Amino acid sequence: MRELKLMKGNEAIAEAAIRCGTDGYFGYPITPQSEVMETLMAEQPWKTTGMVVLQAESEIASINMVYGGAGCGKKVMTSSSSPGISLMQEGLTYIAGAELPCVVVNVVRGGPGLGTIQPAQSDYFQAVKGGGHGDYKLITLAPASVQEMADFVELAFDLAFKYRNPAMILSDGVIGQMMEKVELKPQKPRMTEEEIIEKYGDWATTGKTRNRNRNIITSVELSSENMENFNHKLQAKYKKMQEEEVRYESINCDDAEYLLVAYGSSARICQKTVELARAQGIKVGLLRPITLFPFPEKPIHELAKQTKGILSVEMSAGQMVEDVKLSVNGITPVEHYGRFGGIIPSPAEVLEALKSNFLEG
Amino acid sequence: MDIKEIIKEENIVYKKTSVLTDKVMHYCPGCTHGVVHKLVAEVIEEMGLQEKTIGVSPVGCSVFLYDYIDIDWQEAAHGRAPALATGIKRLMPDKVVFTYQGDGDLAAIGTAETIHACNRDENIVVIFINNGIYGMTGGQMAPTTLPGMKASTCPFGREPGQDGHPLKITEIVAQLPGTTFVTRQACHTPAAVRKTKKVLKKAFENQINKRGTSFVEVVATCNSGWKMSPVKANEWMEENMFPFYPLGDIKDI
Repeated sequence: MRELKLMKGNEAIAEAAIRCGTDGYFGYPITPQSEVMETLMAEQPWKTTGMVVLQAESEIASINMVYGGAGCGKKVMTSSSSPGISLMQEGLTYIAGAELPCVVVNVVRGGPGLGTIQPAQSDYFQAVKGGGHGDYKLITLAPASVQEMADFVELAFDLAFKYRNPAMILSDGVIGQMMEKVELKPQKPRMTEEEIIEKYGDWATTGKTRNRNRNIITSVELSSENMENFNHKLQAKYKKMQEEEVRYESINCDDAEYLLVAYGSSARICQKTVELARAQGIKVGLLRPITLFPFPEKPIHELAKQTKGILSVEMSAGQMVEDVKLSVNGITPVEHYGRFGGIIPSPAEVLEALKSNFLEG
Repeated sequence: MDIKEIIKEENIVYKKTSVLTDKVMHYCPGCTHGVVHKLVAEVIEEMGLQEKTIGVSPVGCSVFLYDYIDIDWQEAAHGRAPALATGIKRLMPDKVVFTYQGDGDLAAIGTAETIHACNRDENIVVIFINNGIYGMTGGQMAPTTLPGMKASTCPFGREPGQDGHPLKITEIVAQLPGTTFVTRQACHTPAAVRKTKKVLKKAFENQINKRGTSFVEVVATCNSGWKMSPVKANEWMEENMFPFYPLGDIKDI
């Protein structure tokens, strides 16, 4: 039986986390995502599934609690918004360096600094280019609906465990706060200690038994040669993700002469822009990256061959546009249109931007 | 008498615990870390905890602690060990979890993680090595450096008005309702070593009995950082560190 509910994106994250068998959530309040932890605390999953929910003293502590839990082979996650995610960058690079799976949700708000509590997409670079120090990548998923907020929790965990790599759900204040209909999946059991030992016993700190060597979760390596080799291993992992995990949605792209590229709430706005444009006889399509890392380079490159111009639409001063340009590699003009600081563009103004860039003069 | 006749099981009065690995420690001669590592390993062996203990090593001289004690380990970012330990213990409450941290790790960069773990009744053991200096990075001022004590970032001696005061973090965590056992020991004499082992055992027993945070400070020497011989460093510690950091149990509920 389908279970449909009207809920906020942030609530959907919490509900999906419980239902996919998450073992632990560690977080710190920050607008506009506090409903994630509030929902979890109200649901009291420790009484039902045994899931641990803990309010930490800071985002620094939250992400390091996640490190500890992930090191034990547990399904652990945290959520925050931009300034809090900045504080987590240290922990994220250690988690990437120690090759631990975990899920981090960023419900982005406008910056820089304390910025605004209104929605933005200005943390793209931080999410997809590493964020902390060293050469590493986060698997980055960009939900564009409350349904995807729910669905991507389990997907993010699956990818995180598949690659032993942190995964980020890069949302924004619109998707986090808006209410939509969501189909919730049935409750899955959490993994037992025995199942964890069987699946992850070769690396997780589950207690050193006589039949194996001790497991050590670490990112330190003083030998440059070993460190270079380890980096090669990480790069091979990221390459595999680029080959196998690209996800995107294309809308009205088959006959498109102009292409919009947008993710998350910008993609929702651009869907309407496509309708408005087509009503005026302008053949516009939309490519919505679902994975921001790995980025859908090939599909964008292919579409560039048939289009006269590509507009990257983001609630930022222009971040994803750089990856669009790299994908297009000069074969067609690429421009950026963005509002930022918490301002959400209207479908009509995106259409105006498309026209002024490619159809006028 | 042939030596082989002497080396027999019944004649053994002391042997290295099997929980301590055979890897040669990287510590300077005279450093206290090796002694405390041995005590932790002995306590784990004697209490039969090898299969259920997860250690959290810090950033500092003891970063490679996982090379020496044969249990599962997680190596934390600087100061974050109590947060890792929280994550581990909350998700695996049947395991025995401890952190091992130096003064810079625990009382400077990790102050918030230390205090809040202790204040949440986290059922873990925190082992705190206080030698009043940053050993690994080459002898910089620590949060616990004594007034007047020289370090590479206070080459003329720590001046409290300018450089801050030495932090008695152990007295601070003793104030918190989440701690059950807070003690300060040293390893400068055989008797002190035995006493430190005794409190470590008690700390691990507290965890098994779900009694909240046990916090064991060991006032330690860093003769390289202090630029003294091992013997002189021990004397200097007694004369200068102990009056400021007096040994003994601070809290025992």
